[in-house]
Amino acid sequence: MNIQVKVNGKSYQADVEPRMLLVHFLRDVAGLTGTKIGCDTSQCGSCVVLMDGVTVKSCTCLAVHANGSSITTIEGLAQDGKLHAVQEAFWNKHGLQCGYCTAGMILTVTELLQRNPKPTAEQVRQGLKGNICRCTGYQNIVRAALAAAEALGG
Amino acid sequence: MTTRIFGSGIRRREDPRLITGKATYTDDIKLPGMVYAAILRSPHAHARIRSIDTSAAAAAPGVLAVYTGADVEGVLKPIPCAWVVPNSDVKQVAYPAIAKDVVRYVGDAVAVVVAEDRYQAEDALELISVDYEVLPAVINPEAALGPNAPQLHADAPKNQAFHWVASGGNVDDAFKSAEVVVKDTIVQQKLIPNAMEPRSAVASWLAPMGELTIWNSTQNPHIVRFITCLVTGVPEHKIRIIAPEVGGGFGSKIAVYPWEMIVAFCAMKLGLPVKWTETRTENYVATTHGRDHIERVELAATRSGKITGLRATVYAGMGAYLSTAGPGIPTILHGLMYSGPYAIPNIRADVYGVFTNSTPVEAYRGAGRPEATFLLERMIDLLAVQLNLDPVEVRRRNLIPKFDNGYDVAIGLKYDSGDYQKALDTALTHTSYNRLRQEQQQLRQHGKYMGIGVVCYCEICGLGPSQVAGAVGFGGGLWESAIVRFYATGKVNVFVGTSPHGQGEETTFAQIIADELGVPVDDVEVVHGDTDLTPMGWGTYGSRTTVVGGAAVALSARKIREKGRLLAAHLLEAAEADVEYADGKFFVRGSPDKSKTIQDIALMANVAWNMPQGMEPGLEATTFYDPPNFTFPFGTHIAVVIVDPDNGHIDLTKYVAVDDCGRQINPMVVEGQIHGGVVQGVGQALWEGAVYDQNGQLLTGSMLDYALPRAHLLPDVETLSTTTPSPHNPLGVKGIGETGTIASTPAVYNAVIDALRHLGVTGLEMPLTPEKVWRAIHQQG
Repeated sequence: MNIQVKVNGKSYQADVEPRMLLVHFLRDVAGLTGTKIGCDTSQCGSCVVLMDGVTVKSCTCLAVHANGSSITTIEGLAQDGKLHAVQEAFWNKHGLQCGYCTAGMILTVTELLQRNPKPTAEQVRQGLKGNICRCTGYQNIVRAALAAAEALGG
Repeated sequence: MTTRIFGSGIRRREDPRLITGKATYTDDIKLPGMVYAAILRSPHAHARIRSIDTSAAAAAPGVLAVYTGADVEGVLKPIPCAWVVPNSDVKQVAYPAIAKDVVRYVGDAVAVVVAEDRYQAEDALELISVDYEVLPAVINPEAALGPNAPQLHADAPKNQAFHWVASGGNVDDAFKSAEVVVKDTIVQQKLIPNAMEPRSAVASWLAPMGELTIWNSTQNPHIVRFITCLVTGVPEHKIRIIAPEVGGGFGSKIAVYPWEMIVAFCAMKLGLPVKWTETRTENYVATTHGRDHIERVELAATRSGKITGLRATVYAGMGAYLSTAGPGIPTILHGLMYSGPYAIPNIRADVYGVFTNSTPVEAYRGAGRPEATFLLERMIDLLAVQLNLDPVEVRRRNLIPKFDNGYDVAIGLKYDSGDYQKALDTALTHTSYNRLRQEQQQLRQHGKYMGIGVVCYCEICGLGPSQVAGAVGFGGGLWESAIVRFYATGKVNVFVGTSPHGQGEETTFAQIIADELGVPVDDVEVVHGDTDLTPMGWGTYGSRTTVVGGAAVALSARKIREKGRLLAAHLLEAAEADVEYADGKFFVRGSPDKSKTIQDIALMANVAWNMPQGMEPGLEATTFYDPPNFTFPFGTHIAVVIVDPDNGHIDLTKYVAVDDCGRQINPMVVEGQIHGGVVQGVGQALWEGAVYDQNGQLLTGSMLDYALPRAHLLPDVETLSTTTPSPHNPLGVKGIGETGTIASTPAVYNAVIDALRHLGVTGLEMPLTPEKVWRAIHQQG
């Protein structure tokens, strides 16, 4: 099937198999490997991207579902060489160790802060329910989210 | 002197690539002409292969080749076990890369398909027809040793993989004369490590040169090179192993697996680069598991609570084959730690390694020491109940008093340094322990079940002296190496043999260099994870990277400082004895303005226009550091839980970790290690466990079924530290990567049991699910 997807502001047109997963489209067709596959079953959130501004797990979404949409991946978050406030906060607060869940975490937190610019720690923890990190114990991810909220003026 | 970089919580230097999606993990690699492998895995825990028909798969679209056990037989040697513990009759059963006649666990490889893309390879797997004769399976390690158990290997009677005994003092006498004995059976459930990055390998074969390159998600590329050489027959100097970005390991990326050998085989047969990446479901059956002990334990004590003896018989599941380091974990890393932080004069560990029809067992964060700590801390709580003493009081009466330089425990180890009482007191003060106990009483009167769990631990890490490694059957050394190289511009590369994968040593090693040589930390780049670029090293596990690898970095830096001092003396026309170093400068004593910076020295050494007689050009040093002893970090952790009697729900409300890892290079990184470690250990206590049915099917076969810790289930961990430097380490550091996991499982477990103590509940099997807790409360076991 022919699809057209805007990824990080750039248009991609491709003929894909109907069964192709969005994450494979992003990684293999668009060549954006920052989005990771952690579980294949929609549990871990490593593959989270923003589709028209809303988080989706790209390992359980077909590429054809993304036809006509606008996707933001981790590669598209920094603008003009300047890190997004959430990226900066993850760095400052040691919100990552091995880095594998990080793209999904950062995008999840980014969307969370758009919906709730001034969350409590508990609200951040609730918001991270769908993302698994095996390294950090989540604590510094929560700190990073709160710091980013402050930096964004929430 | 200004603020020292050593000890400063600077943000990590590896993070910019990780937070922007620019890091390269193995599955991100795409080579020209690359094709994809998918592995057909046994759906049965134990079966004889009658026949395999691969013809339909071979004819499927895009398929380049299908290989079975018959194809690799004689080409790939069996996968070796690399930790053959002596005096324990280890049965080194053959572990073929692809099973040919018998499959012994769900996940055993049966065939491999190589196709032009991954979808085609996965599709073709379904076209392979295998005729199995299903055999009975056994999963429980104690049952596997029993008389009527199905037998896995003809050359391992009774499924016994080994039998290892260690003892100190006279245990039988201690029990004969004991005033009090407490007994328990402890089940350390099998755990699935769940590194977030599934395992992956890309192999490339340069036939004209006979060179094999494997990108591999591993914790120890040099060990992979060594074993790849043994299995494939490609000489070691023609093999290059690259561990690119590695997404966590926790022990599950120590083993050298059949899978990357299969990928190498395919690449060599086809002359094309081949990639294999496991799915998570595949990871659950094909990547190693941890723990899996059944332990029968007895503790002897006086009526005043002084421990006089400890003995345990342990049935340790090894899975279907011996993984790379499998046998060393329930023995050397477990039995030898039965004294913990306590003075216990008589100890015996009696460990049976047992083959079962399940995924092989390897190191999993803590590897043997969490099990040892759990065993001790569980038994001490039982003793406290028996004697009607506060569990803290029993611990206090048995802790080894403070020591700075060496303490011999009965079972044969020499601990380096410890101040266990101080860590305990720090934790008690911080939590207002006595007030917590009062609160517990008050809540109980209102029908609320609060529990407090206290754990004192001491663990062995910083592995370790190579002579000891040899004596305990480890198939290699445990030293580390570091090359520190200054360029003419004053910038520095550090090449290390260790292979960090999230622990932050690109930062902490740079901090060591900055501290030792006065260069800005941003002028240092640490190179690791490539056997062609880095000197030999044994990898990252056993909390050894900073302790052993970091020491090698520091010693190389000190060699450079001395060469720099001699060169500076020459350039300053001063006597060598009169030139000193401080803060990145070499100066003539008494004339601080007569000086050369380390950058001046780096430039001169590299251009070599004016060198002292006989001094070689270059400013570079190499150190192979073999530690004289292990390090023994320690601490006290306290967990507080509230159990809801209506539904058995456990709320972990407070967690305090007091840890002592000696001097801290980067406290932010240390704290991160503790956070993550603690949460992993909490996972074992409350949620995690690999559950099999009687046929050996893994019921917890995906993240849907295997309950991992999630953010909303956890409180913040309150971290505190004491500082007792290791006397033998050049940096005074001890390992910190595993302490959280070691302490937190028993802390949380003890807290839950403590909450139920007034109901007469003395123990439950982990994980402590609400159902088990509810049944215990309502006596509906």
